[in-house]
Amino acid sequence: MSPEELKNKVANLLAPGQTGDAAPVPADAAPSPLPWEEGAQWPALMIDPTQWLTVARQLRSTPSLAFDFLFCLTCIDWKTHFTMVYHLRSTTHHHTLVIKAKLDRADPVIASVTPIWHTAEFHEREVYDLFGVQFEGHPDLRRLFLTDEWIGYPLRKDYEDPVNMIKL
Amino acid sequence: MFEEIGTTESGDLVINVGPQHPSTHGVLHLIITLNGETIKNVEPHLGYIHRSIEKMCESLTYRQFIYVTSRMDYLSSHINNHGCAMCVEQGLQIEVPPRAKVIRVLMDELTRLASHQLWWGALAMDVGALTPFFHAFREREMINEIMEETCGARLTMNYMVPGGVMIDLHPSFQQKVKEFITHFRSKIDEYDELVTGNVIFQNRMKGVGYISREDAISYGCTGPTARGSGIRCDIRKLFPYEVYDQVQFEEITETGGDCFARYLVRMQEMRQSLSIIEQLIDNIPEGDFQAKTKAVLKLPKGEFYSIIETARGEFGVYIVSEGGTTPYRIKFRSPGFSNLSALNHMARGHKIGDLVAIMGTLDLVIPDIDR
Repeated sequence: MSPEELKNKVANLLAPGQTGDAAPVPADAAPSPLPWEEGAQWPALMIDPTQWLTVARQLRSTPSLAFDFLFCLTCIDWKTHFTMVYHLRSTTHHHTLVIKAKLDRADPVIASVTPIWHTAEFHEREVYDLFGVQFEGHPDLRRLFLTDEWIGYPLRKDYEDPVNMIKL
Repeated sequence: MFEEIGTTESGDLVINVGPQHPSTHGVLHLIITLNGETIKNVEPHLGYIHRSIEKMCESLTYRQFIYVTSRMDYLSSHINNHGCAMCVEQGLQIEVPPRAKVIRVLMDELTRLASHQLWWGALAMDVGALTPFFHAFREREMINEIMEETCGARLTMNYMVPGGVMIDLHPSFQQKVKEFITHFRSKIDEYDELVTGNVIFQNRMKGVGYISREDAISYGCTGPTARGSGIRCDIRKLFPYEVYDQVQFEEITETGGDCFARYLVRMQEMRQSLSIIEQLIDNIPEGDFQAKTKAVLKLPKGEFYSIIETARGEFGVYIVSEGGTTPYRIKFRSPGFSNLSALNHMARGHKIGDLVAIMGTLDLVIPDIDR
């Protein structure tokens, strides 16, 4: 499937309002084009974080898309907000899709996708440990690498640790 | 977390395995709930060798950060370096000279062989056979010597750089590799005679640590672990890089899904690696071993992701660049981390002695998991 076909398929799947568009879409209006990232390596789509669980279920269960393999899950601290990045691939169709969601830096919350992709359990714990993102519905959200008493989230850009960090 | 250790109200026994247990081959700490000898739950505690490599890389330049990645999966350091170099090349659109491409593939396959040899010896040792370990290390030593001559290191090579490889091959490289191939071709049959057909070994492997195809995909398993469950996930075939689309080799899959299937996949992969090396060793093109690059590399603003097949599975490098000389954010998708998450699923219901066999066939490298 070419990237354009994939984009069309995803666009047909997603109802208006599930993407990162801030403006509400009137019911009778033609669906606005999805906010695809330009010049990206793989089709990359920004979605509304509150819709993530619904979107994830659809991407996983639609046979023509069948994104059954979550191969990378991470977070980026942009100082003003967080961006969650999910890299998905289909083991039957071998196409790749990137889903992104903007989170509020003061209160980063997004739904856990552990029930859909089991691999997310460890990856989400890692992101919680190093960024402090809360995953709603995660079965066992605890620190993974650092000790339970650790204060702060090391991969945030404003993290300071005079003992363990050496500034170059 | 240590107050959990002991006997629970229902009579289950909670014990520690590691962080200094010999079968974990590193500092992996498992807390295991046992009912008699049957495993009810396995919970990995990570972080004993966490160095926050991703944070370190944010203050290192695009030439410097590759050196740190040798310290993640130290048995696949060439392939880690290769993945990082490919990601930088993708960002800067550097065309790698043909000679460097072939050298890279040769080094990758030698690394894969050395890694699988060590895995084979260590797995046999874990399940109680000490001799194979010495056989495996004898053959691995030959590869280490080849590496040492060309790269100057035996473990943390740092040989792949953006644009190609750091220095040209040692004059005796071709001859030594050919000697190794002839030697190892006969030895790998000996490996099979010694271990693969052994009834005791097969009893320890067959039917143990089963994972279905669907579960393996869901847990994000890659590499030989996933191919043992019948998933065609070899990056060398799916998204060929360098010269993998020009060499003949088979992607090995087994459908058993148990420890023995994963064992067979790795044994067959060694033969495939030998065949790849054989095809390339006499066909190394002449020319530059490194493309001309600027002294200071600056990636354009954007995001770059490169995927490569290490000895353990899919290794991903995700660079987010803001246009400077250092990455804004870097993420390493390590194969061991996802493979480990399936351990609890595989081990539940088996006897405690089988846990060692299951961990052995997952081929875990702890610095790769902790990063």
